[in-house]
Formats: sequence, structure tokens, C-alpha cells
Amino acid sequence: MWRDAALVAGKDLRIELRSRVALNQVAPFAVLVLVLFAFALDPDRDVLVRAAAGLFWVAVLLSSLLAVQRSAALEANDGVADSQRLSSLDPAGIFLGKAAAVALQLAVLEVLLGVGVVVLYDVHLKGVLTLVATAVAATVGLAAAGTLYGVLAAGLRVRETLLPLLLLPVVAPVLIAATRASEAALTGLSLDVTPGDWLRLLAVFAVIYLAFGVVAYGALMEDS
Amino acid sequence: MNTRNTGRRGTGTAVTMTLGIAALASLAATYAVGLSLPRTYEQGDYSKLIAIHPGIAWASYVAFGVTALASALWLWPRTRSLAWDLLAGASAEVGVLFTALTLITGSIWGRPTWGAWWVWDARLTLSALELMLLLGYLALRRVPADSEVRARRSALAALLAVLVVPVNHYAVQWWRTLHQGGSLSLTPKDALDGKFIFAMVLGFLAMTLVYAWLTVHRFRVAQLEEDLVDDDLDAALEARRREAVTA
Repeated sequence: MWRDAALVAGKDLRIELRSRVALNQVAPFAVLVLVLFAFALDPDRDVLVRAAAGLFWVAVLLSSLLAVQRSAALEANDGVADSQRLSSLDPAGIFLGKAAAVALQLAVLEVLLGVGVVVLYDVHLKGVLTLVATAVAATVGLAAAGTLYGVLAAGLRVRETLLPLLLLPVVAPVLIAATRASEAALTGLSLDVTPGDWLRLLAVFAVIYLAFGVVAYGALMEDS
Repeated sequence: MNTRNTGRRGTGTAVTMTLGIAALASLAATYAVGLSLPRTYEQGDYSKLIAIHPGIAWASYVAFGVTALASALWLWPRTRSLAWDLLAGASAEVGVLFTALTLITGSIWGRPTWGAWWVWDARLTLSALELMLLLGYLALRRVPADSEVRARRSALAALLAVLVVPVNHYAVQWWRTLHQGGSLSLTPKDALDGKFIFAMVLGFLAMTLVYAWLTVHRFRVAQLEEDLVDDDLDAALEARRREAVTA
């Protein structure tokens, strides 16, 4: 399973390195979202600083939709899905590999967005450790849930419109928990928030969806 | 052309007729009892909503639960049957109705009580998320596919959505209570006297019966639709065979 996961993750990341879709399209989109928030809210009145954590995670969520769609699209064309089913790869391995590739791309994106928030919103980070812990837990959860819904919607003609409707309500707790957990660290404001519970919630979310994916990805692959 | 003459079959039987009468009668009783409740000092006439709002919310949870259970039964190889898939879909559709009604009646109650149509209370937020999950599930069901494929896809999607409910529950609970404390409570616990409890229980009963009644009929309509697809296929096959014979 782990060997298969490494193979699939390597394949997805190699494709990304060569095609640069995430780098050339998803990353600029994510930064654009940050800029749009600044247009919508008044950048001069500390609104952005106070809302920075929430805006950061909304940007991550929206970008993760694109990343997941791209990841699923890799399998949808050229009969890849069929050959994958015929290959002796463990479905659990395929799931973990694809989720790992998405997670890695999201992590890079989050670093970029973090720099964006610091530069554009003028926030002062404090508590980098909390930030990293939140980002890891949230990213794993997003990648796991996203990969599951990605393959669920992959074969459908309406996937572009259906995926956000399916995925966003499911990852709503990630948005809430990640925002609360990273609020104090990301905005540099002293807030009365204890990140411990939120981090645990993020971890539970990630474990649930990873476990579900390991068990059920094979069945999900069958029907597309 | 239809070999099974589906046109004449309805969705009612003696059992559903009884169920329907019971549902309507209990609904009428709830209406009468609810309106006869006394005005309360804090909420005036609005407290009469206790007859229907908790019952509707309860029915929406039942619908969600039945969809989850039926999906699990479809996935379990020993109990796999198309009926479970159709039941899951029927229950989800009726569930959307009840979840939306929960939000609507809740808003009508919330406006005079809290001063706003919507407050970001944990339970309201959870209900809104559940509505979105159900809508996504139904959108997925509506994507044309072979019934076996659709059943597997929907069953897995339903379980995925159910998994998130406890996480959602804690997320919104902490989100709202860490900040402002448990200042909002949907049921006026201290002030409930016998009449109100009676009206509420009657409402639970009525809404459960209405849910069951609607779901049974919706389930049977879905079965008829499946039969119709089969019949059309049979008819098409038959036509081709005749062509082959005459040619």
C-alpha cells in the first residue's frame, strides 16, 4: 500500500512539475482571492488584520477545490481510470498517494498565501508552531476529503458545478477549526482562544476521512 | 407497449391510506392544540410554535438517519437491494422539506424572540449545513447513471456526509459557545408546563407520521420509475426482435 502510494504521489507530482498547472494557475488564483478580499473590505481600517485568519483559510478552501479538480482530472482522461483499475495497484495506496500529492501542493500554496497575508494585510505572525500544526492537520483533512469527493465527481459531466456543492459543506468544520486555531498566531492579536481543542478537531476530521478513503476508495473508483 | 401496465398502479394501499389518515388527523390535532395554547408573557403568541417547530426538526433528523441507515444497508453485501437505495433517496427528499421547514419556522420564531431572522446559533448553523449536505446528495442522485452505479455512488456520498455531522456538531458548538457562552437556548426549559409539553409531543408524533407517509409514497414513485425504465427497455428489445423476424 505504501509503495503504491509513493508511486501514485510521485506520478501526480511529476505531472505537476512538468505541466505547472498548480503553479501557473492555482497559485495566482489564490493570491488573487487575497487581493479581492482587500478590495471588498476596507484595507485601511484593520478589518483585514482582524479577519486575516478567516480570509486565509477561505482562500485555501477555494484553491483546494481547483487542486482537487485538477487531481481528479488527471485520472479522468486517456483511459487512466480503466488502466488503474486493471493494474494491481492497491486502491488504498492510490488514495493515499493522490491525497499526499494534493496535500503537498496545498502546503506550498499555504506558504505562499501566508507570505501574501503578511505582505498584503500587514499582519505580524506570532506562534509559528501553532500555525504549522494547524496547517498540517487542516491540509491533510482537506486533501483526504477532497480526493474522495474528487473521484466521486470525476466521471460526471456536471463535475465542475457539483464538486463545490458536495465538498464545501463537508469541509466547513475545517474552515471553522483552522480559523480559530490559527487566529491568534496568524493575526498577531492577543485573543482569548485555545488552539488545542481546535487542533484535535482538525486531527479527528483528517483521521476520519483518511480511514474512509483507505476503506472505500476502491468502491468509489469502480463507478466512474 | 407497457407489458406491466404501470399506468394503472398507484402508490397507495390500505396501509398507506391508514397512515395518511393518521398523519392528517394528528396534524389537525396538533394545529388545534397548538392554537389553543395560552399566550406567554415573554413570547406572546409565538410560543405556540412549540407545537410544530421541534417536531419538524425531529422529523428532519429522522430523515437524515433513515437515509444514512438505508445507504449503509445497501453497502452491506448481505442486505444489498435497490429498495434501500430508493428509500435513501426518498427519505433525503422528504428530509430537505423538513430541514427547510425547520429553518423557516425557526426564523419565524427567532425574529420576535431574538430580534433577528437568523442568529449564528450552533443548532441553526448545523441545520443549515445539513440542508446543504442533503442538497448536494440529491444533486448527485440526479446525475443520470445506471441504477447500480447511482446506488453505490449515492450510498458512499451519504455515509461521507454523515461522518461529518458529529465533527460539524462540535465545530459549531465550540465556535458559538467559546465566544458568547450558552446564552441562546432554543427551548424555554424553565417555563415549560404540561400543556406545552403535550403540544410538543403531539407535534413530534404528527411530524413523524407525515414524514413516514410522504416517504413511503415517494419511495413507491421511485419504484414505479425504475419499473418504467425496465418496461421501456423490454419494449425496445421486443421491437427489435420483431424487426429481426420480419426482415
